[in-house]
Amino acid sequence: MTRSMVTLAGILADAHKVPCHRPWPRFVVTKKTWRLAIQELVEARATLIGLWGDSRAVNLALIEEPSWDIAVLTLKCRDGKYPSVGAAHPPAIRMERAIHDLYGLIPVDLPDTRPWLDHGVWRVKHPLGSRQPPADSASAYDFLPAEGEGLHQIPVGPVHAGIIEPGHFRFTANGETVVRLEERLGYAHKGIESLMAGSTSEKGAQLAGRTSGDSTVAYALAFAHAVESALQIEVPPRAIWLRALMAELERVANHLGDIGAICNDASFSLLHAQFGILRERALRAALGCFGHRLMMDRVVPGGVTEDLSADGLESVRGLLENVRHRFPELIEIYDNTASLQDRTVGTGHLTPSLAREFGAGGYVGRASGRPFDARKAIAYSPYDALKFEVPVRDDGDVNARVWLRIREVEQSLKLIDQILERMPEGKLRAEFDKPNEVREGLGLVEGFRGDVLVSIRLGEGGLIERCHLRDPSWFQWPLLEAAIEGNIVADFPLCNKSFNCSYSGHDL
Amino acid sequence: MKNLVRRPVTEALPAPDDTVLAELAAKLNRAARRRLGRSLAIREVDAGSCNGCELEINALNNAFYDLERFGLRFVASPRHADVLLVTGPVTKNMEEALLRTYRATPEPKWVVAVGDCAACGGIFADSYAVAGGVSSAVPVDLHIKGCPPNPEELLEGLRALLEA
Repeated sequence: MTRSMVTLAGILADAHKVPCHRPWPRFVVTKKTWRLAIQELVEARATLIGLWGDSRAVNLALIEEPSWDIAVLTLKCRDGKYPSVGAAHPPAIRMERAIHDLYGLIPVDLPDTRPWLDHGVWRVKHPLGSRQPPADSASAYDFLPAEGEGLHQIPVGPVHAGIIEPGHFRFTANGETVVRLEERLGYAHKGIESLMAGSTSEKGAQLAGRTSGDSTVAYALAFAHAVESALQIEVPPRAIWLRALMAELERVANHLGDIGAICNDASFSLLHAQFGILRERALRAALGCFGHRLMMDRVVPGGVTEDLSADGLESVRGLLENVRHRFPELIEIYDNTASLQDRTVGTGHLTPSLAREFGAGGYVGRASGRPFDARKAIAYSPYDALKFEVPVRDDGDVNARVWLRIREVEQSLKLIDQILERMPEGKLRAEFDKPNEVREGLGLVEGFRGDVLVSIRLGEGGLIERCHLRDPSWFQWPLLEAAIEGNIVADFPLCNKSFNCSYSGHDL
Repeated sequence: MKNLVRRPVTEALPAPDDTVLAELAAKLNRAARRRLGRSLAIREVDAGSCNGCELEINALNNAFYDLERFGLRFVASPRHADVLLVTGPVTKNMEEALLRTYRATPEPKWVVAVGDCAACGGIFADSYAVAGGVSSAVPVDLHIKGCPPNPEELLEGLRALLEA
């Protein structure tokens, strides 16, 4: 076999395939195959989409391009150790630090062994693993050094000046120029995966929907997909289309809010106010359609809980009309305001090569040339039957991420048109049995921020044995550190907002 | 010219909720109100929420709700604040930061716990990583329930705080 013929399928040809994992296969692999898979990542033939722990095992989820084939590899760690992915492939580093915090599994040769989610105050070590009492008290976190004449440090957070989530940013600056940003996250860690274990799938859906509140529909949908794949549940067509309506409303509301908030961080409050009005209208349409402004708990395994009434239909039509009327003139203001462009163009540049290496999803990836969109690549229903484009740019700055959102709003409006027009009649929810045997499923759904991955293992009585939720922010937060380098400190809020990573979704 | 014919989006005052008022009446005394005056500075602290509450608190600043017309405004530092608006179950990783923020807020001060998680830890209450509701870390004067509470409910609670 020549090098160019190495594929995921080739590597996994002899691996043991687990029978109950759907819709994509899971393989229990040897260390040798594990290392070959790492090589696939390093040589950019596959992209890392998930890395999570289990009891004495690690799981690695990969997607191959351009076939978009997905596989999960499981390596048993009998001695509590496994060959580090992060040692050769940096996007895995924080995930391996998190796995160590939660399970105590040791990634051999991981270059950064500092704790990540564990800040030393849980009163338990490895809460999903051996659950030992902590041996040592909380010690100070060792930030990476930055040395040189005239450098100074600026610590920010975890409590920020605005109404945002908690996290710590450590800037090292030379005058006004940032020479290093180091993030420290984990402040919002709620132990969601420990709460998942032993829960029913109904409770699990509520937890998934509160992993990152701004993406509650995307999370509930990814969770539902995972459960439905595991149990082979056929979801009624009307529910599938209603879910897509919710997902697109969520995307539109978030993008509208983000565009305005980015302009606000460039001191252009006019557009902030105007986009704030449009966002509010989107939330009110969601309330009118589904009885909740953020549409929490509306997507459940088996279907949806709310139907679209005649009034709801009216409210979403009103939204479409209003946004179509107001959006173009606001975009024109954005496009024709030199003082605003002066702040956004060229600021916070992310290179296409880094976006690709990290498998960055959403507007962060697509503004830097990575075309992945789960709605297109995986084409889960009903997107396989809908016409839409995936906008991609390669200029990678704040301006590009604004334009990506603008274009995606336009696409979502077209999608909502088609969804309303073609909405099938019928049931909202499928009943399903809860088998007394192990079943596994994987869901990958395009949220507004990027692809959300949910892996689930159901056991006795249909209870959750293990559920892992991977936010798109895992692959975007590290890139913010790269994008800010060489920018001025005052542009950090602007860059940060243009990424708009989730703290809670990442911290779990 | 369009503005001559277009109605403003800003909405009329909501009616304060009776139960919220009752809770407040017991907690806030008239002397404190006299010392503070009407203008209230609010510092928001996310102690570990899912960010749903932040979305709705942010919505208070949009033109529909326009919080500042009630004499309520968000400030960037606890040292400028009269009220801490705290969301989330208090995660153990945020407990110390919340406590320090509380200590940095000058007297007289009030704490408003926003959302079901802030009341008791909510759906996350039984986790190893969660300390509990906001009252497990700092004294709470008012709870605003909801998952998340919508802007009207937030407004009712905050306006009640002003008028108690």
